[in-house]
Amino acid sequence: MKKKKLNLRVLLTYGILAAVCVLVFVLIETGVASRQFKSLVVPLCVNMMLALSLNLIVGFLGELTLGHAGFMSVGAYAGCLLSVYLEGTMPMALRLPLVMLFGGLVAALFGLVIGIPVLRLKGDYLAIVTLAFGEIIRSIILNLDFTGGAAGINNVPRDIYRGSNYLIAFVLVFITLIVITNLVYSKQGRAITAIRDNRIAAESIGINITYYKLLAFVIAAFFAGVAGVLYGHNIGQLDANKFDYNRSIEILVIVVLGGMGSIPGSLIAAGLITVIPEVLRTFSDYRLLVYAIVLIAVMIINASPRMQALRARFSVRRLWKLIRGRRRKKEA
Amino acid sequence: MSFISNLIGGLSLGSIYALIALGYTMVYGIAKMLNFAHGDIIMVGAFTIFTAASSLGGNPFVAILCGLVTCVILGVLTEKIAYKPLRGSSPLAVLITAIGVSYFLQSVALLIFGSTQRPFPKLFSLSPIRIGKDLVIKGESIVTLGVTLVIMAGIMLLINKTKIGKAMLAVSEDKGAAQLMGVNVNRTISITFAIGSALAAVAGLFYGLTYNFIGPYTGSMPGIKAFVAAVFGGIGSIPGAMIGGILLGVIENLSKGYISTELSDGIVFAVLILVLLIKPTGLLGKKIAEKV
Amino acid sequence: MEKTQEQTPMLKVENLGISFGGLQAVDSFNIEVQKGQLYGLIGPNGAGKTTVFNLLTGVYKPTTGRILLDGEDLTGRSTTYIGRHGIARTFQNIRLFKNMSVLDNVKVGFEHQYPYTVAEGLLRLPRYYRQEKKMVEHGMELLEVFGLQDEASYLAANLPYGQQRKLEICRALATRPKLLLLDEPAAGMNPNETAELMDTILFVREHFQMTILLIEHDMHLVSGICEQLTVLNFGTVLAQGETARVLKNPDVITAYLGE
Repeated sequence: MKKKKLNLRVLLTYGILAAVCVLVFVLIETGVASRQFKSLVVPLCVNMMLALSLNLIVGFLGELTLGHAGFMSVGAYAGCLLSVYLEGTMPMALRLPLVMLFGGLVAALFGLVIGIPVLRLKGDYLAIVTLAFGEIIRSIILNLDFTGGAAGINNVPRDIYRGSNYLIAFVLVFITLIVITNLVYSKQGRAITAIRDNRIAAESIGINITYYKLLAFVIAAFFAGVAGVLYGHNIGQLDANKFDYNRSIEILVIVVLGGMGSIPGSLIAAGLITVIPEVLRTFSDYRLLVYAIVLIAVMIINASPRMQALRARFSVRRLWKLIRGRRRKKEA
Repeated sequence: MSFISNLIGGLSLGSIYALIALGYTMVYGIAKMLNFAHGDIIMVGAFTIFTAASSLGGNPFVAILCGLVTCVILGVLTEKIAYKPLRGSSPLAVLITAIGVSYFLQSVALLIFGSTQRPFPKLFSLSPIRIGKDLVIKGESIVTLGVTLVIMAGIMLLINKTKIGKAMLAVSEDKGAAQLMGVNVNRTISITFAIGSALAAVAGLFYGLTYNFIGPYTGSMPGIKAFVAAVFGGIGSIPGAMIGGILLGVIENLSKGYISTELSDGIVFAVLILVLLIKPTGLLGKKIAEKV
Repeated sequence: MEKTQEQTPMLKVENLGISFGGLQAVDSFNIEVQKGQLYGLIGPNGAGKTTVFNLLTGVYKPTTGRILLDGEDLTGRSTTYIGRHGIARTFQNIRLFKNMSVLDNVKVGFEHQYPYTVAEGLLRLPRYYRQEKKMVEHGMELLEVFGLQDEASYLAANLPYGQQRKLEICRALATRPKLLLLDEPAAGMNPNETAELMDTILFVREHFQMTILLIEHDMHLVSGICEQLTVLNFGTVLAQGETARVLKNPDVITAYLGE
């Protein structure tokens, strides 16, 4: 019974996302969608990939990290530099998967190297250390020659698929979604969630804590890296200052807003966080202010114990049960 | 000689960090939350002093008083409005709310003052002190250092010798038990936020005096650095925050002077990582073993 | 204590000791548990019983002594290693994976019995389906033993207290242990539930041919099912031997009731 229900939910997520992708495709190709709309699609996909991967660490492993943008930047620089280097040597169809993979792998390697020492730390200490690593990566990139220093890289190829970069972005989001989902619903994923729920009990039944923590960390870093490569190829340039701790926090906001450990939640929240600021453009100067107020309000409504109690009383499910109960009574 | 002036510069920068870190640590100890908006209170303090000094005439002390009062009210209000409803929910939810408050304060400052940096008024005319031929110490550095030391001594006295200090310790240890013993938990938390915010106002003043320019994002980086300092010293520990802050300032200034200005932030963070890897709970943090 | 030469004991602990910052929590602790035995570890609060469990499972590293499980030296091994090599336990304050389903709690315990690689899981290769299917079957079998099969898809947090205790035992058994440690399994139970628990423990011993070492305060349970007892007081062994004889020991009575 349970197995079927679970599969259904996963399939529903895939299905809805696919439908949205098709809809966006039709809107863009028929010219209904504005240019501004089209320009939002790839950043939205980047955020989805970042949120899905960070959710693996924050939601499923239960560890707080504030350095996700660091992995994104490492991947972006590695992939984009390789892409520039390979320019003209091979067709895009071959080059693109290669640089994506390369960016992801370099980020994953960083995840491994950073993860081994820092995953011993817990809670706020882990948070600050990952933030520190993100900032160190940024300050190193700013000081290296081959990364272009403060000027960054400006010659990354921008057109990766016949003027429709967003189609590549769709494919990448789907790959991320499927991999993360498959991981979560596998024995490895169960071990990761078990560590979150009770580390001591997990250890006592023979779960290797370090291994699974690293596994989650490395896979998350990989997809952050791939997201970085996509980001770089979409805007054609890289600036290390775009990957500071504020970017990491933005991703964290998406994950928490969407619900920790909820995959569809991450996707929806990524959509909202990317689109809301654009919608708020009409407020021009008040944009940030409105965004801040919305964020605080949503958090209080979502997470405060009193509000949760209220919602439990008036939840849709309860209402449904009530209605059904009455109907049954009538029938009886 | 340049070493000594770098060192003193570092001590004065470190005292600013220490003042902010104290607020971080006190709030963390009591509310068990990372108050990401704490850095922005500094910015509010600096802007209030800036505005008061230019509109209320010359008296610097009136301006400083305005800054203090504004920050205290702001600190207590944010706690009441944004954090109190979330007491008892997940620490992450509170963290994100604090980030929201931080965005809020920044965007309000952006609306009022715009994004260009404003010159901070020279509230005092302090002449630099010359020792020997080469050694020149800025007057601001001496004042910053001196005032911070006095404030720290005051905080230590307050925590260890007064009733409210005991209440703060009790609440940070166990909220429920403190309440049962007749401690007014809400009031204690408010007072902690008030003190933390007042310290942030003072830090804002010294930040303005040291760097001469302020903007809406002024508080952000010092806030993060102070957070680092608090963790460095062992978050929740008051002497830890002081030592962490001052050490951080010294390391930052010395690496600016001798290694590279661009890399100085990276070096500060690297030292933090090193310390935490050797001592996972910071310099003076208590080790809490989970009971099985 | 007489030693049986024919058979290696399931658990043999020699001269085990640990001190926390000068406080000797457990000192020269010896115990020998034979295969298939139901062994009780009792003593007043703070006597060091749970500390002994933590030493046996590697949560604490002993300062002195040796731990032999079925002849294998486990002294100084990590908790993970010990969990994989034959000692499973439950906890005084229940430690379930609360936000996972009841069945998943048990499946986590299968960590090393139905292996497949990360790649096989991510790509959903045939072995993934095969192993997952076996896990579900085996998991449901175990749950049925404890009458939890109908709750398989519930979140563990939503189970009533008594069933949570059962699920914890079930999860421990999923690791195929040689020795099962139960830390106050009857804590917080009423007499009816305790009686049912006693049946369950006896059944587990029969059904899985399990060796069980348990900590308990409930004297009714201890005298009802334990064959051998060790009494701890102030970290040292006060008395050891057959249940009935130990419970008559005047030292034990004094330790429990005072002078």
